[in-house]
Amino acid sequence: MAMLSVPLHWRKYKELYNLKGSRCHTCGQAFFPVKRICPNCRREGKIEALPFSGRGRVYTHTVIRAPPEGFEKYAPYLVVLVQLDEGPKVTSQLVDCSPEDVYIGMPVEACFRRLRVQNKEGIIIYGFKFRPVDGALKR
Amino acid sequence: MNNYLSRKRDVAIVGVGTTSFGEHWDKGLRELALEASLAAVEEAGIRGKEIQEFYVGNMSGGMFVGQEHVAALVADFLGLKPTPAVRVEAACASGGVALRQGYMAVASGLYDLVAVGGVEKMTDVQGSWATSALAGAMDTEWEAYFGATFPGIYALMACRYMHEYGITRQQLAEVAVKSHFHGSLNPRAHFRNKITTEDVEKSPLVADPLRVYDCCPMSDGAACMLLAPADKAGKYTDTSIFIEACTQASDTLSLFARRDICTLDATREAAQQAFAQAKLSPGDVDVLEVHDCFTIAELLALEDLGFCPKGKAVELYDEGQTYAGGKLPVNTDGGLKAGGHAVGATGIKQVVELVRQLRGEAEGGRQVKNAEIGLAQNVGGSGATAVVTIVRRG
Repeated sequence: MAMLSVPLHWRKYKELYNLKGSRCHTCGQAFFPVKRICPNCRREGKIEALPFSGRGRVYTHTVIRAPPEGFEKYAPYLVVLVQLDEGPKVTSQLVDCSPEDVYIGMPVEACFRRLRVQNKEGIIIYGFKFRPVDGALKR
Repeated sequence: MNNYLSRKRDVAIVGVGTTSFGEHWDKGLRELALEASLAAVEEAGIRGKEIQEFYVGNMSGGMFVGQEHVAALVADFLGLKPTPAVRVEAACASGGVALRQGYMAVASGLYDLVAVGGVEKMTDVQGSWATSALAGAMDTEWEAYFGATFPGIYALMACRYMHEYGITRQQLAEVAVKSHFHGSLNPRAHFRNKITTEDVEKSPLVADPLRVYDCCPMSDGAACMLLAPADKAGKYTDTSIFIEACTQASDTLSLFARRDICTLDATREAAQQAFAQAKLSPGDVDVLEVHDCFTIAELLALEDLGFCPKGKAVELYDEGQTYAGGKLPVNTDGGLKAGGHAVGATGIKQVVELVRQLRGEAEGGRQVKNAEIGLAQNVGGSGATAVVTIVRRG
């Protein structure tokens, strides 16, 4: 991905660093990433900020063995959908876990990690990944 | 929500042309587009200048060959200026959406002869770059950003689907075996080798649980069709193929935001509208072209189009039902898996295969006997765009 511009990453750092979403006060549904219009309530909806606990469970998982541009040195790595305790799902990487140990339903928590280093002059991109909670590896 | 078109005129397909799909080292984007367009024009016995407008499906000329403004380029290279030319982009559904644009232009009465085509030149760049280009079909900020790839997103669906419905890897492999068998019969297919389930299981993992043989290739290729009002179709062809419906629906770009990651709601919506418009049901369909970018995608398509209940698609692979001689022939040209996937061209190529089937012109032993009604499903990304087209022999 040719994502070289600093503002592109800076714009989303609040959601990326702290895993924040939003919620519609009218119907109660939580969203990630932040939505500014509630698809259920439309104009009657009232969107408010919602910081997530960062806890959830693995909903589905894969191991990326043919990585895209910029991720070559990390492969193979685990990519998962996590269903957060608050309801929404997010795509992220699962770390501190080998491909053989991941399972659907595994309890996980968000952690702050380096996502990618661009070329020599490029910026370092940080954000959330997930890791198994204590005891989750022992089934 | 019903976005039914109040159709003013019925629309016929009066000429088709395709390149073979594969690695065309000797041809660039413009040469591929020219080859497919000329084949369609010659088949219909028209002069290029009679074409009043054309639509070109192309996902990413910019990323694959550094060329944007593709529609005018193709018009220029075909010697068709000043005919208006429009590029249509909807990731892997670019071709299907281009077809729908042309269909609406004729159905509405605006034009009497429209060309719809698709072209993609994918093999001029390295694999990891092409993987990044395709990743642009999903949410780049919240999926690709974390290192998810296109096969990876379908792998997430496959993992959950296998978990929910108790499907095995071996059952996924059966889909690829069927696709390669059909590919072996199709002289225009990217892969013409037959494979076994053991070959699939022994192939390297790309994104667990998906292996190399679960994934379609990246192909170079182009396809083109000519559309005319039904009452003028006899001028161009003895066997008119009529478009009974051509519908489109949208869903979230990101997989994680879907109602159910094992269902393509856009496919369901487009299919329901298409069957309603055509006054047909799945039982009426004689031959099917579905968007099998991965083996799992073919199973989901059969379910979401209404050919079987959720979780039951694998049962259609018992006793060879989905083979060209079976009860429900699926992807007789080898599909995306073996036939090849030149992303912008695929949606057109699928309907060209249906046209060849309905005319009785499918060579190589893949002809479905007396096929009268065909259905094609073309998908963009992991399901954010779906186009369903139903065609009938006149």
